[in-house]
Amino acid sequence: MPPAPVPPGGPVSNPRSPRGRRPVAALALSAAVALLAGACTGSNSTGNNDASAAGKDVTLTFWHGWSQDNETKAIDDNIAAFEKAHPNIHVKVVANITDDKIDQALRAGGPDAPDVVSSFSTDNVGKFCSSKAWIDLNPMLQRDHIDPASTFPASMLKYSQFQGDQCSLPLLGDAFGLYYNKKAFAAAGITQPPKTLSEFDADAVKLTVANGDSYQQLGFMPDYHGYESAPAHYLGQWGSSYFGADGKSDLAADPTVADMLNWQKNLVNKLGGFDKLEKFRTSFGDEFSAKNPFETGQVAMAIDGEWRTASLKADNPGIDWATAPFPVPDALASTYGRGYQTGTIVGIARSSQKQAAAWELVKYLATDTDAVVSFANAIHNVPSTNAALNSPKLEADPNFKVFLDIARNPNTSTTPPSINGGAYQVSLQNFAYDVEAGKQSDLKAGLAATDKEIDAAVDQAK
Amino acid sequence: MSSTIAVAPALRRKRRRQTLRTLAFLSPWLIGFGVFFAYPLVSTVYFSFMKYDGFSAPVFTGLKNWNYVFNHYPFFWQGLRNTLWLVLVMVSLRVLFGLGIGMLITKVKTGAGFFRTAFYLPYLAPPVAATTAFAFLLNPGTGPVNHLLGSLGLPQPGWFNDPDWSKPALSLLALWGIGDLMVIFMAALLDVPREQYEAAELDGARAWHKFRYVTYPNISPIVMFAVVTGVIQTMQYYTQAMVAGKVASGVIGGSGQQFEPGYPHGSTWTLPQMVYSLGFQRFDTGSACVVALVLFGLSMAFTSLLLRRRAGFVTSED
Repeated sequence: MPPAPVPPGGPVSNPRSPRGRRPVAALALSAAVALLAGACTGSNSTGNNDASAAGKDVTLTFWHGWSQDNETKAIDDNIAAFEKAHPNIHVKVVANITDDKIDQALRAGGPDAPDVVSSFSTDNVGKFCSSKAWIDLNPMLQRDHIDPASTFPASMLKYSQFQGDQCSLPLLGDAFGLYYNKKAFAAAGITQPPKTLSEFDADAVKLTVANGDSYQQLGFMPDYHGYESAPAHYLGQWGSSYFGADGKSDLAADPTVADMLNWQKNLVNKLGGFDKLEKFRTSFGDEFSAKNPFETGQVAMAIDGEWRTASLKADNPGIDWATAPFPVPDALASTYGRGYQTGTIVGIARSSQKQAAAWELVKYLATDTDAVVSFANAIHNVPSTNAALNSPKLEADPNFKVFLDIARNPNTSTTPPSINGGAYQVSLQNFAYDVEAGKQSDLKAGLAATDKEIDAAVDQAK
Repeated sequence: MSSTIAVAPALRRKRRRQTLRTLAFLSPWLIGFGVFFAYPLVSTVYFSFMKYDGFSAPVFTGLKNWNYVFNHYPFFWQGLRNTLWLVLVMVSLRVLFGLGIGMLITKVKTGAGFFRTAFYLPYLAPPVAATTAFAFLLNPGTGPVNHLLGSLGLPQPGWFNDPDWSKPALSLLALWGIGDLMVIFMAALLDVPREQYEAAELDGARAWHKFRYVTYPNISPIVMFAVVTGVIQTMQYYTQAMVAGKVASGVIGGSGQQFEPGYPHGSTWTLPQMVYSLGFQRFDTGSACVVALVLFGLSMAFTSLLLRRRAGFVTSED
């Protein structure tokens, strides 16, 4: 006969026994103090705080941001497979969740707060880790003998941790590359996609067809508000580091940042100037719809994520398109094939009372090769484990394969996590907006001021 | 002496009973005041001296948050200027426009009901929907307003996409939803005794004189009410600025592409948006509390100033 199971926290005295009252009271008080201290100090959990391992039924709440039908179906299919493998763990899935909602729910806690959370913004990892809003997964990874370094691609691992705190794991990735209109290319006499930025600029000019004081077709929309043409996405082609070894912002000291700003401003001028481009930009439809300017033919080239391959197939806009890596600076021509990479992250809320079961779900979603591959196939995102990236089950047509290669490229880079989330990117963005609009021309002084602003914000968050 | 001693406890008991009764009657207000005003205000002051991210225990940091907001937070002074601009321009325009529309409609002989409805209906539109509709109407590239201006040979502003025009565009949106003020002014205008106008006409008063010496003295308390509530409302200006900036910028948000309010070029930052951004996006509750206290202080200062200068505005006995 097996011994009776010992409750968590060790055996307790018989509550009916007068002798047992004091120890029970002391234990309850200790537990309350420990819980309170844990809640106040953000101590890490080891994820052993529910009875799911003992086979008891547990229901988890899982929040994610996907909203399109094919995406929510893919998630639901994945969850159904998880529940089949873990009959005692049930998952309540809540779709279409924004980062703002996540922030507030994690702070508020309570019975409706999520146990497992995923976010599209890797910029928030530093904030989630440092505030302990998401628990450190290192103890669980070690316990289950999962080596993050060999499981996940390096750039994905980089954006899912902060100062050694692995508070999230990658859940599919996004790589950015070039989409181009083959018919427009042929009409302009361009035979292959550009590989360097000087070739790219020349092609963008050739592909631009004027229409009065506007455009019939624009070669490329370089403005930083032109959807995915954000400063950070461009900087991936240079591999900028943002922060120095001392943790201070080094935008002014890093020549790649000024190079990017100069290149973008020159291209803006070559294509007609900021005001004209901005006016044309306001005629664009919603980015995540068939009115996207690349799909409507308003622009002949675009920087975009791999998800657009699926959208183009679904929307069937009637354009002949193809993909390629985004061009690199001429001085870095040998690194052609690189790109900017980011993705979705998944973690466990500190307020969750079911962290053992939550870890099982996170582990399944993030590390189970079949789960990752089937999810990637369903929504055309980049798989987030090395095994899945090399899986023969991965469906990769030539256009999608371009992004898989970008993800595998050792020069591919991402934006580093910071204690205050993406605030440093906002500071750089704001400066970049001023540069492209011609409000700032002294890049050295402007970037130095931006460094100061970023350092002050980081210091404030410490 | 002994009689005094005998009566005093009875008096004390009576007074205590009266005090308790008074407090009991006042208790709904006292509880509301404590829960919804005093406690939040004291907490805001307390957290303005703390580092608090909403997860970990607050840690006392002295004036660090105050120093950050005033000296290092890059948007504070711009947001303050924007908020004051909106208070001065938007409130003035709303009062003038609301009063003007109210006066016109009270004079309309036929179809007054139609005009009242037409001017009141926009006020009922939810702010997000109204702002999105305005962003569509004022779209510099495809909006019908610029098409019309272009066809008339007039300049076509960038509206929500141009830092020089973004606040005027928000003011236009505020004027469109003037229905609330219009109704209040109409009620006040219809209450002005007709005989005072007749007397003024007999004295040879023209339209401006009738307004200056009859209409305004009668409705000045309502004008004061509109100004004070308008200032307080505008100090809390948040939704329209946030939605307009987000829609016009085209930024959905995501990794490497952060959306922070203020588009374009910080021209639509307001202090309430800062409270949200600092407190809920950056987890910097302490700094958010500093901005909230500045907002509170400014609202109090404006209101006190207006009420002190009341004599200059309010000319009738009320």
